[in-house]
Amino acid sequence: MKEHILPAIQITAICLLIFSGVYTLIVLAVSQLSFNNGKGEIIVANGKTYYTNVGQKFTDDKYFYSRPSAVDYNAAASGGSNKGPANPDYLKTVRDRIDTFLVHNPAVSKNKIPSDLVTASGAGLDPHISVQAATIQVKRIAKLRSIPEPVLQELISKNTEKPLLGFLGTERVHVLKLNLALDQLK
Amino acid sequence: MNTEILGIVGMYSIVLLLAIPFGKYIGKVFINEKTWADLFFNPLDKIFYKLGGINPAKAMNWKQHLMALLTINLIWFLLAMLVLTNMSWLPLNPDGNPSMSGDLAFNTAVSFITNTNLQHYSGETGLSYFGQLTLMLWQFISAACGIAIAAVVFFAMKERTTEKLGNFYFLFVRTCTRILLPLALTVALLLAYNGVPMTFEGKDTITNLQGDTVRVSRGPVAAFVAIKQLGTNGGGFYGPNSTHPLENPNYFTNMVETISIFLIPIAMVFALGFVLKKRKLAWMIFGVMTVGFILLLVPTITNEMKGNPAIAKMGITQPLGSMEGKEVRFGPAASAYWAINTTVTSNGSVNAMHDSLTPLSGMNTLLGMMVNCFYGGVGVGFLNFYIFIILAVFISGLMVGRTPEFLGKKIEAREMKIAMIIALLHPLLILAGTAIASYLYAHNPTAYASWLNNPGFHGFSEMLYEFTSSSANNGSGFEGLGDNTPFWNIACGVVMLLARYLPIIGPVAIAGSLAAKKYIPESAGTLKTDTATFGLMVFAVIVIVAALSFFPALALGPIAEYFSLY
Repeated sequence: MKEHILPAIQITAICLLIFSGVYTLIVLAVSQLSFNNGKGEIIVANGKTYYTNVGQKFTDDKYFYSRPSAVDYNAAASGGSNKGPANPDYLKTVRDRIDTFLVHNPAVSKNKIPSDLVTASGAGLDPHISVQAATIQVKRIAKLRSIPEPVLQELISKNTEKPLLGFLGTERVHVLKLNLALDQLK
Repeated sequence: MNTEILGIVGMYSIVLLLAIPFGKYIGKVFINEKTWADLFFNPLDKIFYKLGGINPAKAMNWKQHLMALLTINLIWFLLAMLVLTNMSWLPLNPDGNPSMSGDLAFNTAVSFITNTNLQHYSGETGLSYFGQLTLMLWQFISAACGIAIAAVVFFAMKERTTEKLGNFYFLFVRTCTRILLPLALTVALLLAYNGVPMTFEGKDTITNLQGDTVRVSRGPVAAFVAIKQLGTNGGGFYGPNSTHPLENPNYFTNMVETISIFLIPIAMVFALGFVLKKRKLAWMIFGVMTVGFILLLVPTITNEMKGNPAIAKMGITQPLGSMEGKEVRFGPAASAYWAINTTVTSNGSVNAMHDSLTPLSGMNTLLGMMVNCFYGGVGVGFLNFYIFIILAVFISGLMVGRTPEFLGKKIEAREMKIAMIIALLHPLLILAGTAIASYLYAHNPTAYASWLNNPGFHGFSEMLYEFTSSSANNGSGFEGLGDNTPFWNIACGVVMLLARYLPIIGPVAIAGSLAAKKYIPESAGTLKTDTATFGLMVFAVIVIVAALSFFPALALGPIAEYFSLY
């Protein structure tokens, strides 16, 4: 063992320098040319800055709701509910969410509610909802904001993100972008 | 076809197309064959050899290899403990995060040096950037350590009689610089240019559109995530790992990160074929691994896309599938694919919360870790598979009444004893650990109430998963488990240590002792090991030894939960 101790310490020191140091600095330097100098993609609207990829809490009836979150969209302590599929407390929470949604959206029939609107995402920061989840909120918002429904439908399809290259993955709506566009309709 | 399924087919096709040529490149790195990259890497490696004071040409026998590996790992453990318990006053701590307690530091240090990356802390609040960057060091070097020792076993399988199996440091350094570094740089930049942050600034404070004030954690994420995926490490920068939209912002980054999980584990199989000049053997191994992988994958995707029956009963619709703990931008299919990728290799990163998977999917992730060699962790996955090959050779030998031979070497009592001990160690650690934890909980549910986040069968699965993940050196979790307690920190730490080093020592000892034996040329009576028949035999051994020993435990957890739900 003795003959290995010194090389082990020396190699570890060089590795520390190269992998924690040089590698990090290279990635950092090249990232300076990316969005917002590597500090995360942002959207600037009405003089305010938002992180594009970090989902926001939308519970106000005049906006399209975002998904429920186990951490209340706290982007400094993210996380999921970690509830098992048969957990009775969890199933009660979901039922309550459905009831609340129906109270706020009396025109929607229950069997149209998609599950992503009543379940929490993995990190609690999901920036998206499904297209169906946006569509069923149209009636509520149209009534509250006195905007014709077809206008809102069009807004949704404009803000729908297609699958990657058109054929890989899911179709979804970016809630923040949709709501920013909604605020600009007047 | 459904775009979600096409996404998965795309990911597997790309990784296979990359892994075959990359495996050949890894083989060249091991046997020191010239490549175009030498121009750049030779000077870099010389720095290591010179400052490290090592002679890369000095061949070692298997005992010297193990000594070198264990010594350097001990140094790593001490250094990790030192950093983790002193982060609060060390530099690069803009958010003022605290140092770790002794038991948590022990767990985390062991977790990262053993390539497990089990995390009983949450990255945003539990580590400084200095802590993150030093943990990233082990994501490189613990992976390189596993790959280097697998190369030693490759050398030992060659058709000759020798004790000299190359130089450990030579293999280790070249793996770091020529395999991991260029891949990590590529992936890190792909991620950084697609929305993953790379900055040393602390938390930002913003006001959201609705008017609430939120703080947003940032950090040098891109560099960290790249090597976490590539080295089957899996420890996330943020608490919820690659479900976090800054760690994995869109479907493209998700594809890059998923492909990174499988790339080296699959390439290692083809590297073996190249080093030994036995391509058929490599395809046999690849075939067995792939069949196992697909058998776990298909039901998992089906179940997740079908959704949760308890939610279906409430009368709402599940057009995407089971969405609890999942992200809309990936969808259940890509999350199910990742879940199996990450558990059959010992990666352990997640892009959906495994605790919220439907019961049979949860069981398949557990089975992936229980078998732990369908592709497996970088390097060590092959070592686990090697044990099953030895067992299969021996059993087939008995069945046809011949002396069991593998690649021209006789397998005798000594090798078999080691192989059996290693094969049984994994079930022993998992089942004994879970039994102790269940006993404690069952006898004093009030004192340990904070352990479990779910009642009943699922609560049992949370404990079973934690020990399985520790023993498989995987690192994912049913994260509802309240695991930052002295019991879990120490128990999982000990399991990780035993489950990392004994399954390295065992196969290296077997391979070393076989390499020193007389080479018997192949004859008409030799059992062929590169055929589909033998592949079936290996698969049967895996199913009987690995999967069935866990059946009673699975019946108490996910299987019972399944029948309570459907």
